Amino acid sequence: MRAFSTLNGLVVPLDRANVDTDAIIPKQFLKSIKRAGFGPNLFDEWRYLDHGEPGMDPATRQPNPEFVLNFPRYKGASVLLARDNFGCGSSREHAPWALEDYGIRAIIAPSYADIFYNNCFKNGILPIVLDAAAVERLFRECEASEGYRLVVDLDKQTVTTPGGEVLKFDVDGGRKHRLLNGLDDIGLTLLQADKIKAYEDRRKQEAPWLFN
Amino acid sequence: MPGLTLFQKLWDAHVVHVEADGTTLLYIDRHLVHEVTSPQAFEGLKLAQRTPRRVEAAIAVPDHNVPTTDRSQGIADPISRLQVETLDANCAEFGITEFRMDDIRQGIVHVIGPEEGLTLPGMTVVCGDSHTSTHGAFGALAFGIGTSEVEHVLATQCLWQKPSKTMLVKVDGALGRGVTAKDIALAVIGEIGTAGGTGYALEFGGSAIRALSMEGRMTLCNMAIEAGARAGMVAVDQTTIDYVKGRPYSPKGDAWDKAVAWWNTLHSDADAAFDRVIELDAAKIEPQVTWGTSPEMVTTIGGRVPNPADAPSEVKRHDWTRALEYMGLQAGTSIAEIPVDKVFIGSCTNSRIEDLREAAAVAKGRKVAPNVKLAMVVPGSGLVKQQAETEGLDRIFVAAGFEWREPGCSMCLAMNADRLEPGERCASTSNRNFEGRQGQGGRTHLVSPAMAAAAACAGHFVDVRNF
Repeated sequence: MRAFSTLNGLVVPLDRANVDTDAIIPKQFLKSIKRAGFGPNLFDEWRYLDHGEPGMDPATRQPNPEFVLNFPRYKGASVLLARDNFGCGSSREHAPWALEDYGIRAIIAPSYADIFYNNCFKNGILPIVLDAAAVERLFRECEASEGYRLVVDLDKQTVTTPGGEVLKFDVDGGRKHRLLNGLDDIGLTLLQADKIKAYEDRRKQEAPWLFN
Repeated sequence: MPGLTLFQKLWDAHVVHVEADGTTLLYIDRHLVHEVTSPQAFEGLKLAQRTPRRVEAAIAVPDHNVPTTDRSQGIADPISRLQVETLDANCAEFGITEFRMDDIRQGIVHVIGPEEGLTLPGMTVVCGDSHTSTHGAFGALAFGIGTSEVEHVLATQCLWQKPSKTMLVKVDGALGRGVTAKDIALAVIGEIGTAGGTGYALEFGGSAIRALSMEGRMTLCNMAIEAGARAGMVAVDQTTIDYVKGRPYSPKGDAWDKAVAWWNTLHSDADAAFDRVIELDAAKIEPQVTWGTSPEMVTTIGGRVPNPADAPSEVKRHDWTRALEYMGLQAGTSIAEIPVDKVFIGSCTNSRIEDLREAAAVAKGRKVAPNVKLAMVVPGSGLVKQQAETEGLDRIFVAAGFEWREPGCSMCLAMNADRLEPGERCASTSNRNFEGRQGQGGRTHLVSPAMAAAAACAGHFVDVRNF
């Protein structure tokens, strides 16, 4: 997994609550057996006027000029500004894969759905929670000012605006450590192999039917 | 010291290791695998030259991509076919049991787990699918995970977790005639919202829940995720134990007695403290119909499409306006006047035998209305289909003009050929009415199986209690 330390990124504002993972990456693209290549189909049904299917050349598609990701001023954005309950619905990890493949490295929202939030950390994306008033302020600043960028510092747990305002955010210590260092969870878990074995040995006595 | 909640009992029984900050390595008893969220996990294992820790804890089934029409020619779509073949190959390579497409036991992963006794009380159950919450109906801790965690469970049989907060959803009293577990689920979501359960494990309790069959409890727990909760659960009681007994994978003999003794302790203690409690009166719950693009956008069959001007906040006003535009509805329209183009009875929420019986009871002796282009019934598994055919339900549906299909996820998410066309409106027994969920531009209204069957025959939504 790619490590995340600091980011100075262009911000794109997606002004909708309850954005679900079906919207982030529609089902037809879930048929892929690969982890990469979902970026061109991020928000496919909002982003294009024509119907998308796997294997289509993005260059032949008709972009929806009214969708915010297609505004020229937001081209190259790496910070997604969002509303409450972002990433609700399906557990598909294709959603963070598509965001990451598109170039999004950090998301800022007042709240996230649990599974999506968890999936982001497995893919080098930092989902930042700020209070609704702060998020509202960032929306207004971002929409008012072309080229609006934010500086995210994971180690210090801060978001800094162009005006110099510093917003603190919380993040779980373990997740922060793994993201800062780009660590693989499985490798860390296997360090506990003796404890897993001891648990299994005990449970085989207590609840043998679980091991048939 | 206060008593323990069911969640705490299940959690405590699965702790392998706890870090200083409370992050816990939790043991996973059952891992359900399907074709959509597993290929990259198997690929990851192979790249790291790892092997599954306990193949017997995993069970696999293709369900999302499978055709619900004639299967003798296999899957027509080459991309769907490759995904199912990849599951077959991975299971064969690693020795994981799989119910393949031609196996009578094949079906929707959340239907076959309980049906086979693969889901048992007291287990931790995971699957790369958000509707894994379904299995909590058995007094199990069950939740959906992403593909990285699928790989993690295959490799280690564990997951890193932090304890959830706990919420008791207490539903007391008797449900009215024609009101089902689906209506309870939608009423709860209407009450707390689609993010109301975020960060919580929900426990459903109260006399109305105790009175539900296991299938009703599965419907309810299935929709916990639509309230934002990764896990929903119901305490073990005699209904649970009677359901589990004698299933192919459930314990037998002495192991059964030992298991039941433990399972009987799997309920929240009387003095257990929950972080939040909400209460509903079952007698006041009416048949529910969603009108928008989120399951919280729901009202009763006697209700009307709301006016965004009445929304409780600016953000909600914006959402409601957008939802009405997408759904092609006018504020103030009576729900019972909304016509439907298609009807879908199926999904991990409502495709079990009792669901099909409820729908068939409505369809019996009636005809699908002429304005309904397609009404389809998709059983949750090959065994549900077989049972329904033994009872003659298929003949009732076919005589009424419904299509009787092969088992799978089908038009709940439209990954196979079953889908809505742009602008089509569907009465659906599934779980999500998101934009595009059942096909790009499709308009989904979530209802119970009986309400869906009634809408098919009336051609519009109708109160099944007076139908």
